[in-house]
Amino acid sequence: MTRLFASAVTAGYGARDVLHDVGLSVAGGERVALVGPNGSGKTTLLRVLAGILRPSSGRVALDDVSIGDLPSRARARRIALVPQTFTTPFAFTVREVVTLGRTPYVGTFGRPAPADRDTVERAMDLVGCRALAERPISRLSGGERQRALIGMALAQEADVLLLDEPTVHLDPHQQREALEVLARPVRDRGACVVAVLHDLNLAAATADRIVVLAAGRIVADGPPAAVITPERMSSVFGAGLFVGMRAGVPFVLPEPLGSPPGATRSGWSTPSG
Amino acid sequence: MRRAPYGPVVAALVLVLLAALVAAIAIGAVAIPPDRVIATLLGAGDPAETAIVVSLRLPRVLGAALVGAALAVAGVLLQGLLRNPLADPYVLGTSAGASVGAVLGLTLAGALGFFVVPALAFAGAILSIVVVWRLARVGAETPIVTLLLAGVVFSAFAGAIVTFVLVSHDRLQLRLASVLAWLMGGVSVVTWTQLAVSAALVVIALALAMAVVWRLDAFALGEETAATLGIDVEASKRGVVAIAALLTAAAVSIAGLVAFVGLIAPHATRLIVGPAHLRLVPAAALAGAAFVVLADLAARVVVAPSELPMGVISGLIGGPFFFALLWRDRAAYRL
Repeated sequence: MTRLFASAVTAGYGARDVLHDVGLSVAGGERVALVGPNGSGKTTLLRVLAGILRPSSGRVALDDVSIGDLPSRARARRIALVPQTFTTPFAFTVREVVTLGRTPYVGTFGRPAPADRDTVERAMDLVGCRALAERPISRLSGGERQRALIGMALAQEADVLLLDEPTVHLDPHQQREALEVLARPVRDRGACVVAVLHDLNLAAATADRIVVLAAGRIVADGPPAAVITPERMSSVFGAGLFVGMRAGVPFVLPEPLGSPPGATRSGWSTPSG
Repeated sequence: MRRAPYGPVVAALVLVLLAALVAAIAIGAVAIPPDRVIATLLGAGDPAETAIVVSLRLPRVLGAALVGAALAVAGVLLQGLLRNPLADPYVLGTSAGASVGAVLGLTLAGALGFFVVPALAFAGAILSIVVVWRLARVGAETPIVTLLLAGVVFSAFAGAIVTFVLVSHDRLQLRLASVLAWLMGGVSVVTWTQLAVSAALVVIALALAMAVVWRLDAFALGEETAATLGIDVEASKRGVVAIAALLTAAAVSIAGLVAFVGLIAPHATRLIVGPAHLRLVPAAALAGAAFVVLADLAARVVVAPSELPMGVISGLIGGPFFFALLWRDRAAYRL
């Protein structure tokens, strides 16, 4: 069983630490949402977990092997990261981009084998971008491009899928679809997903676990109903949020402008199961 | 965007290159019909034709082809590395850096001249790429504005050094006219030995370029994404810089400063075969070779019996091409 484990991680850029003493453990089959205010260190944590930012102290291990000790190709076969922003000055097609997901499998001077091509076609089917295969990725809508990038990560066949705001350009129904696509590798291969999500409701509706970062520290880690509480939301995100519960899944709404402070508590009921 | 099938495109480019080579050998002060050119190349020419074709024209047109292939692929590599379609060894000052090394090599040139000149040109090219890239880089990106600026400044600086060396060195002063003709982009292949050295460098560098095509594709997605795909980013960058510098050094050793070939050939080729480097590198090499062979032919005939440096022709064609690209994309560059 895949297990990604970070302990006492402090990391940042230059002399500035963004993450302080972060500990996190994610097991295969889990879907974890990473939430928190802007600047709380979500993307930095994702980069540390992906092994592309070396922590200044602490350790990140995959199945008890420090990811800093893994050769980069071996690491890339286990961990994929879907970036938040993506631009390319060249007209690469969707198929060419998804094929780049096979990078850790082709030899240094090699070419993708027929089996790699099959994996690429399957990945494009999974994210529903087969029809876009010959289109230049730079000409796609934000949502289509995001699907193609998720397709690239799926073609990478990693056990750990890290996503940075994968739904930011998507319509509401597409947001759920994009996260649904990821359910399959989780179910079939025991992969785990860690996604930075801006939308607390989407996090609550799609993740098994929510990890809340504030000012570079993890302040909560648990099932959505245990994490998304009125007290925690007001302490992390400030006043003005209404936290409710529907069918055992918490939700968060902005309070109407001008409503009195403390109204945040009014919709809360204990989880029914 | 539909793409042409690759095989026929490469076949067509090979034919264009061969036709350009034959035409460039055939046309000159003594015209030799194309069928006689081919017969002579196959060893069935008369002594006079053989002398003209094999000793005079063939080394020169092959030199031109090497320059074109080298500059085109150097452009492809720099564009892929910097994620910037306007990168070109001339615009970036790489050629100017190589010319400093080459001119210093000329001052030392003795029996080993054909090795010293490209070796020092290589050192100059590497140095220029590193300096210009450091100057131009803003965070993780290399914006075109800072890149052009750094390239212009470096080229001016390198040009001053070249002029200083040329004027202050007695032995170069004696051959100033021919040295200047080379420096301005004149294809100057003196002997088969010189050609063989350059050809070996270009062939090795092209083979190395083919070995990094996959990494260049991954770089197009950004360095960070390339890293998450398992590419060793820093080592790959150093490798690509070294290959681009080697190609630029070989080209500068043969034909001095030639502008825009590294821009036109990759651009035109990318439109036909797409941006994937596995296809782009060979096609751009062929297109660049054909372009420079024809440009050198034009340089010999337009003011005959006098002769222009080939770089003048490529500059006259490439300048407006570069302006057009800047104009088209100026909003994106916030000029």
